[in-house]
Amino acid sequence: MSARTVLQEADITRALTRIAHEILESNRGADGLVLLGIPTRGVTLAERLGPIIESISQQPIAVGSLDVTLFRDDLAQHPTRAPKRTDIPEGGIDGKTVVLVDDVLFSGRSIRAALDALGSIGRPSVVRLAILVDRGHRELPIRPDFVGKNIPSARSERVNVRLHELDGTDEVTIEA
Amino acid sequence: MRHLLDTRTLDHATAVRVLDVAEDMADTQSRQVKKLPTLLGKTVVNLFFEDSTRTRISFEAAAKRLSADVINFAAKGSSVSKGESLKDTAQTLQAMGADAVVVRHSASGAPQTLATSGWISAGVVNAGDGTHEHPTQALLDAFTIRKRRYGADSRGKDLSGLRVVIVGDVLHSRVARSNVWLLSTLGAEVTLVTPPTLVPQNVSQWPVRVLFDLEQALAEGPDAVMMLRIQAERMHAAYFPNEREYTRLWGLDALRVERLPEQTIIMHPGPMNRGLEISTEAADSPRSTVLEQVANGVSVRMAVLYLLLAGERDAREGVQ
Repeated sequence: MSARTVLQEADITRALTRIAHEILESNRGADGLVLLGIPTRGVTLAERLGPIIESISQQPIAVGSLDVTLFRDDLAQHPTRAPKRTDIPEGGIDGKTVVLVDDVLFSGRSIRAALDALGSIGRPSVVRLAILVDRGHRELPIRPDFVGKNIPSARSERVNVRLHELDGTDEVTIEA
Repeated sequence: MRHLLDTRTLDHATAVRVLDVAEDMADTQSRQVKKLPTLLGKTVVNLFFEDSTRTRISFEAAAKRLSADVINFAAKGSSVSKGESLKDTAQTLQAMGADAVVVRHSASGAPQTLATSGWISAGVVNAGDGTHEHPTQALLDAFTIRKRRYGADSRGKDLSGLRVVIVGDVLHSRVARSNVWLLSTLGAEVTLVTPPTLVPQNVSQWPVRVLFDLEQALAEGPDAVMMLRIQAERMHAAYFPNEREYTRLWGLDALRVERLPEQTIIMHPGPMNRGLEISTEAADSPRSTVLEQVANGVSVRMAVLYLLLAGERDAREGVQ
């Protein structure tokens, strides 16, 4: 198993700070922003992004989580997955700018499920997608709006995102 | 999970998992759109050989909220009343492509037979068999107790240290049996209060304490009091002199409710015989969870159907 590190702690922090600036720029400020992380590591990333955006904009940002398990189209191909918690911030998502946050963008199927899940909760005026790592191999017409890093990968390779809060270390590695 | 036949063989981890998934399902039921696409394309058959309103519509609601197709099959007025055997009925359902069969039958063990006979490949959920078990009722009762106790922090918790009193006709009650096994697996202390004529024979092997005196059990200030329905349809002998005497000794009247500690909840699986085992004051008091139990029933049954049907199915055993 050869694993090479493609992002280190400082790279991840830098990427998140840049994404925070880009989100504020595209939204023209922090008004109506809601960050929703997709479990598991997307939630951690959203919880990091929130305070960064707050410190830049000096405005409170709503951060929550959106579980997509019950909306997936590949449930029958895997052992039963346990759903995770969905936590929509007070104020809901109607008319807001929702930024979905996830660690890795691969086939795009989680994001499709996330869009369906959003539809059952409310109607945001805009939905954007922030991703730490885009590894390619999309199977659906879905593209990210904010990307930490593009990492070209082979379909057979594994991209691992590890974050302090859950794994004790901050790194992104790619495994053959 | 391949089938849900009883709570006796349900281990602690699985039981907590079902309750946790039910929490997630309950959360989705407060959304604008309550329907989930999760079981799109699956077929759930409600096979009811015995009368039931709430269990059947609860399963139906659960399956529909998950986008499964629901076929209701009631024995009355069907081919069963023309003498069709369980085997033939089951094989008919198999041929129609049922992915799950929710079965209620007056014979204890009928769901077990369906699940293990090799007649069908569908997952089997026991919705009440004879005087044996009614596992989803026990799961929703446990869910209700946990939710009242821990609120939003319920996930991952069991019922350790909680004391539950089950009152009434234990002999004929599959709800009581399922609750005894599940609640004790989850760490609760279960006390049965029942007329001496309605104590099951093998009760000494159950993880419970048996009392005959309701006053004594209530004086201990339990966390939950579960009143069982007097099942007139199963009473083929005189188990107690008359209804008034039963109510006086084992009914939950206003006076008994008043003496309970504030946090004690009152449960009833329904349908209630108001004025017999439970008074209107008790049934309608804020500590009564009767309607919560109905709402939680849908979430718990969604969780069970999800765990049975959503994942990769293990090799379809037993069907040639």
